[in-house]
Amino acid sequence: MELEKKILNLIEHDAKISPKAIATMLDETEEKVKAIIDRLEKEKIIIGYNAVINWERVGDDGVTAMIDVKVIPEREVGFNRVAERICRFPEVRCVYLMSGTYDLSVVVTGNTMKEIAWFVSHKLSTLDNVQSTVTHFVLKRYKQDNFIFEKAEEDKRLVVSP
Amino acid sequence: MNDMSKYVSRVVKSIPPSGIRKFFDLVSQTEGVVSLGVGEPDYVTPWHIREACFYSLEQGYTMYTSNQGLLELREEIAAYEKRRIGIEYSPAREILVTVGVSEAVDLALRALVEPEDEVLVPEPSYVSYAPGATLTYGKAVPVQTYDVDEYRLRPDVLESCITPKSKVLILSYPNNPTGGIMHRRDLESLVDIIIKNDLIVIADEIYSELTYNGKHVSIASLPGMKDRTVLMNGFSKAFAMTGWRIGYACGHPDIIGAMTKIHQYTVMCAPIMGQKAAIEALRHGQAEMKKMVDNYNYRRKMILSGLREIGLDCFEPRGAFYCFPSIKISGMSSEEFCEKLLLEEQVAVVPGNAFGASGEGFIRCCYAASINNIEEALARMEKFLNRHKK
Repeated sequence: MELEKKILNLIEHDAKISPKAIATMLDETEEKVKAIIDRLEKEKIIIGYNAVINWERVGDDGVTAMIDVKVIPEREVGFNRVAERICRFPEVRCVYLMSGTYDLSVVVTGNTMKEIAWFVSHKLSTLDNVQSTVTHFVLKRYKQDNFIFEKAEEDKRLVVSP
Repeated sequence: MNDMSKYVSRVVKSIPPSGIRKFFDLVSQTEGVVSLGVGEPDYVTPWHIREACFYSLEQGYTMYTSNQGLLELREEIAAYEKRRIGIEYSPAREILVTVGVSEAVDLALRALVEPEDEVLVPEPSYVSYAPGATLTYGKAVPVQTYDVDEYRLRPDVLESCITPKSKVLILSYPNNPTGGIMHRRDLESLVDIIIKNDLIVIADEIYSELTYNGKHVSIASLPGMKDRTVLMNGFSKAFAMTGWRIGYACGHPDIIGAMTKIHQYTVMCAPIMGQKAAIEALRHGQAEMKKMVDNYNYRRKMILSGLREIGLDCFEPRGAFYCFPSIKISGMSSEEFCEKLLLEEQVAVVPGNAFGASGEGFIRCCYAASINNIEEALARMEKFLNRHKK
């Protein structure tokens, strides 16, 4: 269990790290590390791998919005059924159940603000149990998933020192 | 231009410039260098520590502190050393806050060494002990350590270097440049010799938090050694605070008092911003430090296995963040190896002889670098060695 957690910690910060490198770092064999990663993937403990991309740098001005959604919970299933429905829309990136003044926080990406406005008015707010929505557009991304966007901190050390 | 060098004191002229300096100039002129040549963490000081410094500036802490350093900091240091090595030092009389351990070493040498006194310096060694001894008109006596011993100081070798003039022994473990450490039994084997010959130990323990197979043991914690040891530690390595220049010395009030006298006339006090940040580091810095140490350990294993894979012999370093492999298979001297590696493959490592004659035939590779840089450096070194292997 400890070993699994150590592997997960390493992968979480750098999904590209090789099983061989992990094996060296943790004093294990490459085969054992591979087998554990395979199993973690099969068991959906590792759900998937993403890259964090600064799309603006390739001239892509996509839009992201965070939408606060108020929902009437349903008997027996609470918020789950409506949350699962929202998850199915491909433009939805994240869905969280929140404490506080609203219930679901939904992160949506699209090519234009219009596209997102259309999604909210036609798809999201028309769902049965959705009571109201408040849409916040992301203006600028500073940091995401541990990575700072604008300028990664460069190595300011002298190249050689005693 | 007039030749003014005749005005420079003889003793300063007698000190050779640091071997690292020369190499540094060469590296600075090279493009695209992957450097394993640094001697400091690749982390920036943790944010909460930097933020504590901003706050202290906002509050107007911009003045001198007492010569010994802020009492609040000395109290934290006392508590920390109690936790770390189990010794109680009095914040009022036995602790002095300095401008890095470098100043503490200089102060201790000046406070202890008289002309002709001998200072025993285990080599390979960090670059400043021997010149420090020379500047006090003492004599630095190198004491060899060997890779077959994993660079531990051997009692028989130490004993063979002792003369009636021997006064101070420098013990710098975990060691820069080798990564060697001293286990408890290694230290115990030295205690009788130290006491019999009435030596004072300057224990530079700046890397003591960076050990990877068990906790560091301080010589000061062995029976009969507390008063004989001037213990030095600081924030640079464990808390990634090199540029802040905050270190400290702990020891007998007579010696700390003597060091404080020199300190008050030369630097007055360590900068207050750094002292404020150091308080924060000791109070809340453990978690971040542990993360950094865990990561160094990962990289230590990566680089060690990588160096061995490309054919360089290397003992397993158990402390600090350096590997010290032999370059025998290249048939080159340390300097030749480093210069060629830099020019042909743009990888910077430090020639072992920069740390004393006994470092000849070795190079220092610092693994306080990103995994990517370590892998890239190893790949380039492999190409280099394939061309030059004898």
